[in-house]
Amino acid sequence: MTTTRVPQGADHLRRHGRTTAGAPPTKPTLPPGVGWADERVGAAKGMRFLLNKVFPDHWSFLLGEIAMYSMIICLITGTFLTFWFVPSMGHTVYDGQYAPLQGVGMSEAYKSTLDISFEIKGGLLIRQLHHWAALLFIVGIALHMARVFFTGAFRKPREINWVIGTVLSLLAVIEGFAGYSLPDDLLSGTGIRAMAGFMQSAPVIGTYMTFMVFGGEFPGELIIPRLYIAHVLLLPALLVGLFTLHIMLVVVHKHTQYPGPGRTNDNVVGFPLLPVYTAKAGGFFFIVFGMTALISAFVAINPVWVFGPYDPTQVTAGSQPDFYMWFSDGALRLLPGWLEFTVFGTTWSFNIFLGSLLLLPLVWTIAGVYPFVEQWITGDKREHHILDRPRNNPVRTAVGVAAISMYTVLALATVNDILAIKLNLSINDITIAFRTLFFVAPVVSFWITKRLCLALQRADRDKVLHGREAGIIMRSAEGRFEEEHEELDPYTRWPLVQYEPIRPLSLTEGPDVNERGVSRRRQMTHRLRRSMSDFYFADRVEPVTPAELAAAHHHGEQEAIEAIEQHSDPVNAIPGEVPHGRHHDDH
Amino acid sequence: MTKLPALRRSPIALVVLLLLGLTMTGTAYAAFKPAAPVNPMEQAANASEEDIETGRKLFLANCASCHGTNAQGNGTAGPSLVGVGAAAVDFQVSTGRMPLAEPGVQAPRNARAVNFSEEEIYQMAAFVHSLGPGPDVPEPEYLDASQGDPANGGKLFRTNCAMCHNSSGSGGALTRGKYAPDLMNVTPAHIYEAMQTGPQSMPVFNDDNITPEEKRDVIAFIKDIEEGGSSYGGHSLGSLGPAGDALFVWTFGIALIIGAAVWLGRKAS
Repeated sequence: MTTTRVPQGADHLRRHGRTTAGAPPTKPTLPPGVGWADERVGAAKGMRFLLNKVFPDHWSFLLGEIAMYSMIICLITGTFLTFWFVPSMGHTVYDGQYAPLQGVGMSEAYKSTLDISFEIKGGLLIRQLHHWAALLFIVGIALHMARVFFTGAFRKPREINWVIGTVLSLLAVIEGFAGYSLPDDLLSGTGIRAMAGFMQSAPVIGTYMTFMVFGGEFPGELIIPRLYIAHVLLLPALLVGLFTLHIMLVVVHKHTQYPGPGRTNDNVVGFPLLPVYTAKAGGFFFIVFGMTALISAFVAINPVWVFGPYDPTQVTAGSQPDFYMWFSDGALRLLPGWLEFTVFGTTWSFNIFLGSLLLLPLVWTIAGVYPFVEQWITGDKREHHILDRPRNNPVRTAVGVAAISMYTVLALATVNDILAIKLNLSINDITIAFRTLFFVAPVVSFWITKRLCLALQRADRDKVLHGREAGIIMRSAEGRFEEEHEELDPYTRWPLVQYEPIRPLSLTEGPDVNERGVSRRRQMTHRLRRSMSDFYFADRVEPVTPAELAAAHHHGEQEAIEAIEQHSDPVNAIPGEVPHGRHHDDH
Repeated sequence: MTKLPALRRSPIALVVLLLLGLTMTGTAYAAFKPAAPVNPMEQAANASEEDIETGRKLFLANCASCHGTNAQGNGTAGPSLVGVGAAAVDFQVSTGRMPLAEPGVQAPRNARAVNFSEEEIYQMAAFVHSLGPGPDVPEPEYLDASQGDPANGGKLFRTNCAMCHNSSGSGGALTRGKYAPDLMNVTPAHIYEAMQTGPQSMPVFNDDNITPEEKRDVIAFIKDIEEGGSSYGGHSLGSLGPAGDALFVWTFGIALIIGAAVWLGRKAS
């Protein structure tokens, strides 16, 4: 601590969020342990930086932590499982405690999974904890990703972190699939069989690829040892490494915050890591761990002894993968069979290829490039640290919901057989319905979401201008009844009016034709950008301006507000600009 | 104030009345409902002439409209029953599948719809058996699950049955609304007869495919699941595999944890 710290940049803005602001410049006395470490590795500086980090408080910021803690639970329980699991496809005969499998031939991987479940003390609980935590890990990732998307937290400067997060989610899914395949039970073997089919469907190289991965024909004896190394070494190393980078970038970028009074793009309002967030986040770890343990104690997951050992000649009804692979499996169930055809004696299985080898990378690519696409459309190169309320970007929200609806249709198609028996429906009808829904659901959900967002924005506008309905009916001296409207206080009002509306390029750039009606020459890409910009921002509700608010307050009467709304420019126009499509009237 | 008229107008009265009504209806129904026969049936080959004749009359009254007066079949309305054997009659009638209540993709199992006594079913079985040779009702020694080997039964089950009935016997979907039913709480005789006769969409597993001893092993395997022999690790979530897990984790699991997150983040506002 010999260097003098010169206040820089926005420090004066950030300071009020820190409890240790204005710490004395003299050398502080460090606690013995910290002092020892500081004199050797200079730990105090880094610790001060970290412990003074301020995090804003909101439950949705904890969704990512659910994923993080579930991953840690998986690492801890997974280590326990490696002590007993035998990743071998060598043949053996079961002689353990579970009577319905005694004397049945099986692989050593399956036998050791049974032994973990029935012979090792606490083994079944740890196995179930590992699996439930793995599911929660991916649920946590999905919800965290949705939160980041719908609040626009992926905008500059966080695009790279969004991409890292996308890769992390892909790795998590592959990690889950690899782990799910290891016990070599009838369900997981069916999953590996599906994977072999995916690879074989690749044009030309499919067979070679399968032979390389399986070391020959399916199933061979190599796939489980290989998946094991991927599951316990390769993928966890990548996951932990990228995750560390993900968190470091959160520290570098500082956490985003929801709009509120006093929250700007240059500060972070919240609590410091020590003591508040250490307690909160640390406590949350124990809550997640405790609840997952509670679930694992009372609810069975993946009872491999029920499924039996894998045998390529067998399959069970109700074979589904874990939910994160559903969308791909569902796509296979929905794709029509005629997509497989034979040309010159070679088979082209597009019915499988499209739903697996094409769909899987496609979904993550679309997710990964979204921030860049949106930035290109808006042309907004500024940094954003204040989150959007989802309603304030209606089209982004609607695009997200439409994508989720498409994904959900594919995912639910995976359980078409379960739906058929549970709802007494024909599986064929369900498949036809899902095929239709795959195209209809995104359109309908886009439209509904966009309209809902715009309606919510209008409701906000209304609330700001006219106040909150108090529920008090007043009778005046002459006998008129009217409901009281309570004016919003500035703290409540701020989040409703703070957002910046984004205007479409057709407004900010002017019309596509010049005064003589000749269309301007523009590049193809620019024309595309213009139409995308219109798609995103043509329908919008502008926030209440101070002038409108002042007018509403000073006159305090309904008529005045209505007069402003009617006689001034429409709310979606920019002063001095000619609204799109109305230029003939004005000139 | 707590007089009866006052209580009668309380909003809780409606709920209490509804509960009382439902409980009483349910109890009365349980008391009077016809019970499906459970004991294994005597061999139809030993039936007397008298039984066969009574069976013919029962057949004419209850089955002939679809299967024809001589059980020769009636086009698409009902197949010929010559040679289906007593096992098929016992299976179809004592599980409540026949007489068919209404046309549909598949006759559902319905223990409450059994309107015949054990003796009457036996007589009908004897009549159908007399029309031509077919599988007879199983002998009791092959129905004793305690003598079967559930491990061998499990192997046979996974090879021959699990692809439709699910490896835990919880059933599965077939095409166009047809389904392989749940195998829980099915009597050993009916499991045996189903394998023997292949009702509806099910294939026939005759004694060359699966010997009577092996059929007993399969019964032992199913009974072991039924008695909870495979239920370790907590609630099974309906034995639906990953579908049940997914439903649970996306509802209860994540709701619990998000609830905790909301509680932790509450101080913000």
